[in-house]
Amino acid sequence: MTAGITTPRPETPLAAADRPTPRMSRRTRIPRSPKVIAGLAILALFAVIAVIGPLIAPYSPNETGIYCRAACSGAKAAAAWLQTIVVHPAEQVCNAAGTVCFSSPAVLAFLPKPPSGTHWLGTTVFAQDVWSQLLVSTRATLLVGFVAGAIATALSVIVGVSAGYLGGNADEGLSLLSNVFLAIPGLPLLIVLASYVPSAGANVVLIALIVAATGWAYGARVLRAQTLSLRNRDFVEAARVSGEGRMRIIVVEVLPNLLPIVASSFLFTTLYAVGAYVALAFLGLAGAPNATPAGLWNWGEMLQQAYPQDAVASGWWWWWLPPGFCIALLGMGLALLNFGIDEFVNPRLRAAGLSRRSARRAGISFRPRLGITPVMHRQGTAGRQLAATAAAMSATGPAAPTAAGSHRTSP
Amino acid sequence: MSAAVDDAAPVLEGRNLTKLFSVKSGHGFLSRRARLYAVQDVTVSIGAARVTAVVGESGSGKTTVARMLAKIITPDGGEVLLDGKAMPRGRPREYARQVQMIFQDPFASLNPVHRVRHNLVRPLKIHHVTDDIDAGVAGLLRRVSLEPPEDFADKFPHELSGGQRQRVAIARALAVRPRVLLADEPVSMLDVSIRLGVLNLLADLRDSEGLAILYVTHDIGSARYLADTIVVMYAGQLVEAAPSVSLTDDPAHPYTQLLLSAAPDPERPQPPSLVRSGAPPSLIAPPSGCRFHPRCPHAMEICRQVAPPSVEVSSGHTAACWLHVDSGKRQPEDARMAESIVTTDPSVFESARERAQRISPTGIRKQEERG
Amino acid sequence: MTAQEAPVGTPSTEPEQLAEPVLEIRGLCVDYGYGVDAVSAVVDCDLVLRRGEVMGLAGESGSGKSTLAMAALRLLHSPGVITAGEVLFHSKPFGEQGPRGTIDMLGANESVLRAVRWSEISVILQSALNALNPVMTIGAQFDDLLRVHRPQFSNRDRWNRSAELLDMVGMTDDRLRSYPHELSGGMRQRAMIAMALALEPQVILLDEPTTALDVVTQREILEELMGLREQLGFAALFITHDLSLLVELADEIAVMYAGRLMERAPAASLFHAPRLPYTYGLLNCFPPMHGARRPMEGIPGSPPDLRMLPTGCAFHPRCRWSMDRCRQERPALRRLGDSDREVACWLYAGDAVIPDELTHPEPPKAGDRPAARGPVRASRARR
Repeated sequence: MTAGITTPRPETPLAAADRPTPRMSRRTRIPRSPKVIAGLAILALFAVIAVIGPLIAPYSPNETGIYCRAACSGAKAAAAWLQTIVVHPAEQVCNAAGTVCFSSPAVLAFLPKPPSGTHWLGTTVFAQDVWSQLLVSTRATLLVGFVAGAIATALSVIVGVSAGYLGGNADEGLSLLSNVFLAIPGLPLLIVLASYVPSAGANVVLIALIVAATGWAYGARVLRAQTLSLRNRDFVEAARVSGEGRMRIIVVEVLPNLLPIVASSFLFTTLYAVGAYVALAFLGLAGAPNATPAGLWNWGEMLQQAYPQDAVASGWWWWWLPPGFCIALLGMGLALLNFGIDEFVNPRLRAAGLSRRSARRAGISFRPRLGITPVMHRQGTAGRQLAATAAAMSATGPAAPTAAGSHRTSP
Repeated sequence: MSAAVDDAAPVLEGRNLTKLFSVKSGHGFLSRRARLYAVQDVTVSIGAARVTAVVGESGSGKTTVARMLAKIITPDGGEVLLDGKAMPRGRPREYARQVQMIFQDPFASLNPVHRVRHNLVRPLKIHHVTDDIDAGVAGLLRRVSLEPPEDFADKFPHELSGGQRQRVAIARALAVRPRVLLADEPVSMLDVSIRLGVLNLLADLRDSEGLAILYVTHDIGSARYLADTIVVMYAGQLVEAAPSVSLTDDPAHPYTQLLLSAAPDPERPQPPSLVRSGAPPSLIAPPSGCRFHPRCPHAMEICRQVAPPSVEVSSGHTAACWLHVDSGKRQPEDARMAESIVTTDPSVFESARERAQRISPTGIRKQEERG
Repeated sequence: MTAQEAPVGTPSTEPEQLAEPVLEIRGLCVDYGYGVDAVSAVVDCDLVLRRGEVMGLAGESGSGKSTLAMAALRLLHSPGVITAGEVLFHSKPFGEQGPRGTIDMLGANESVLRAVRWSEISVILQSALNALNPVMTIGAQFDDLLRVHRPQFSNRDRWNRSAELLDMVGMTDDRLRSYPHELSGGMRQRAMIAMALALEPQVILLDEPTTALDVVTQREILEELMGLREQLGFAALFITHDLSLLVELADEIAVMYAGRLMERAPAASLFHAPRLPYTYGLLNCFPPMHGARRPMEGIPGSPPDLRMLPTGCAFHPRCRWSMDRCRQERPALRRLGDSDREVACWLYAGDAVIPDELTHPEPPKAGDRPAARGPVRASRARR
């Protein structure tokens, strides 16, 4: 009989032995990867804070002059708490002749207090509690991030998968659209859109839409490429041969295979959305909380207030560090989750990752080097290894089986 | 050229099928659009309760022919006839009900995210084959010997072996109760020990349900085992067609002789020595005349100039080769006739020596020497 | 030059006429994964490759044949790990350079492995078609190879050697200027073979080298290879699932199933007189090219999942002649009487009646030595 397999299948020897757990198992196992667990833990933490934050915040984030709240009475008591700083000294501006003068009084503000028992993260220049602000800000930031991510992902799926599957003119048109949006610089577009809708800051969905408008194009390109490759797979061909309609094929056959990529794209886009929202707020375009309509408190807003007040230069780290740190932590959580999904989807990565873990569990500490298969529990190798150079040791004959035979380690 | 036609009218027929692909040839600035002649003027017919095998190497165009018959690809020339009637362009549902296809890679032809049940339920529902879906699914699984059906219906493809997956693919094709089954290298990617099981299943379908089966393969041994008729393709053209046993016993075309000598046959006393016989030609600029002439040990002057007509070598056995052309044996409907100038080239393959010796210098196969 | 005690490619039963071993694999065990998750891909395999011989390793998916060969060179990807056994390479290089003596492959460090790989043992993989660097010309890749391993060659010498190598596999030296994508599949495989032979290795491992090629090209390439073997004298370990190829090419064939060696015999004996039910079944999976057509059965069932092997003999669920003992205990690989054949089957270890299909007489050996009379019956009587 003539040659069998026509297409090379490099994984044939492992087909039975190392069949990796499937990409899309309905019986989803709880992921054991530490990356995924860490990522999920971080996200869970932020989710909890987002939900209960405003409820447990000790002070309202807007409330100024909080030093004096606990029933302080009398100017003395007030004076004992308050410390002020001169933000802007009193000055007198006169004209050249010295005849007309304007005087402006000193502008006083409160001195930010470092973290203490009553104010866990200290206070701001406006005597606002930073911890409360942080708790309250989490909700809007997370909401806008995830909603924007969801909208952007939905858009990218619709545009990308349609372009990939339909081909022809539809593909050309949709690709043009996504290319245009990719080419336009994101931040200027954000700024323009946000300025057009000045009240956007008050509405989660509105601001999420604006952020999503700049974030969908990349995912669309990726999904289009994947769909192009899936389109020619045999099972799609078989569905066509069975007589399936086009829309059903896209939704039922193609889309489920794209889910890992869509999930990864969603997380990536959410990360981007959080960053974009913070950037908008930092630029003051997302509505200030004490303006009308009242904008939403978010981490970017906190930074937006801290930075112009010279918080960094003045060393009031408790004001700008917490929001910055939270942004970084959220980003890390999303990225870790993304890596975890990658590992789950790609069998090679999973095999490598799993093997290190199980190797450690089995008590083996070596790290396999590329190109050299490790050998477990070798005994009696001394004296059996010969140098590789031409000036080698004298040739020994075919060796007798060694007395110190190698045997398996007990599992 | 035509394939061997049985007495009964064929169920599915492809006449003069031609397919050209447009490819880029050359690099960078010097690239131009070239036409790749994947399939040229091929006529194949499949009769009810018969298996027709299409044998050829990769690049011979056999998969393209199968896809044209399945109407996944539109032919650039020729037509596909179902029961003698031309079908409308595209692939309407009615055609899907009658003509089904199974693919080469059992790992790729089932969607990894869906269970077996989903793959079988969809065709049943689309074509309203039956009202009792569960019984339909169980019946299909039993038909392809995946028993008990309950065990298999809820499995995912990765939980099945290659042979089982291919059986599920066959079951899916059978769900609509087609009349024609086009099998594109169904066993090439399966383990050796389970190939015969799947081939026997196909033979059983032919016998019990009268399916017309097209079996595309590069392995002439399995084609001989399963098929009633074999057609051989080379470089996009049909070169020989015959009942399977006579094709393997008395190959008429030098390419078929080459294929048979190259196939491993442990019963041969001495393995043949194949001189460096070249490779299949580029389909962008195929050789003039007969496409096989650069590799043919019997190539004559006319082979280089004119493509040979199909000739009936014996009953039901046709070959497109100038060696067999004689004025009395040409098929009347073939327009490309020419006076044959016969000058035989004496160099031959060692392995094909016996067969070549049976062909006398005048190009007529001697009846007495057969058998 | 090569030191050989026996003419190339002549199997024989008398031990003193056998060629000396060049690669000895003893008790090799290979796992994928570690600890409780480990899957045993190869268990306790013994293989001896002799100088100038072609040994065929046949099996289906999951049999462990590729794993065995790659493990011998320690080329397995993670998470493969060798858990037991030894691999001894008795090196007698054809040239002046190169390591001499016995090298313990499993205990060797990276520098030793590097000295052995490719210069003394080379590999031709199934995916060799894609193993050529697509952005370098063939000539550049040969040049690269020779520059590293033959530093004393001048540019001219390297070019000449590359042209010589291509000529050996039937390609003209203008191909040195081609890129891999400009060559057909068969030519790329020939180029790979030429690269594998460039340093005159003593052993070549071929892992399904022609499976992805057309039948005619496959035949040509295998012929070239065997011709080169006669000419250069290397030993070859040929791994394939296509038993019929091996019969024409190999001197000795070993059959693997589910990670273990199940039968080993000279090629003609294995084909004409299989003793193992699995081998018999496998041989009957190839429809004949001549004679009347008759229905054939393959082997029922399918190759087992290595993570869920049957108890006892791994083949018993599919075996026509399985007995109770087969389900309970696993048979060890034993010599068959006084022949040089080995088989792992309970049919030959007791008083079981051996079915007719497995008692074909041994074929006459190539050469003037008469075949042993009915070795199987003798062994049966003795036991």
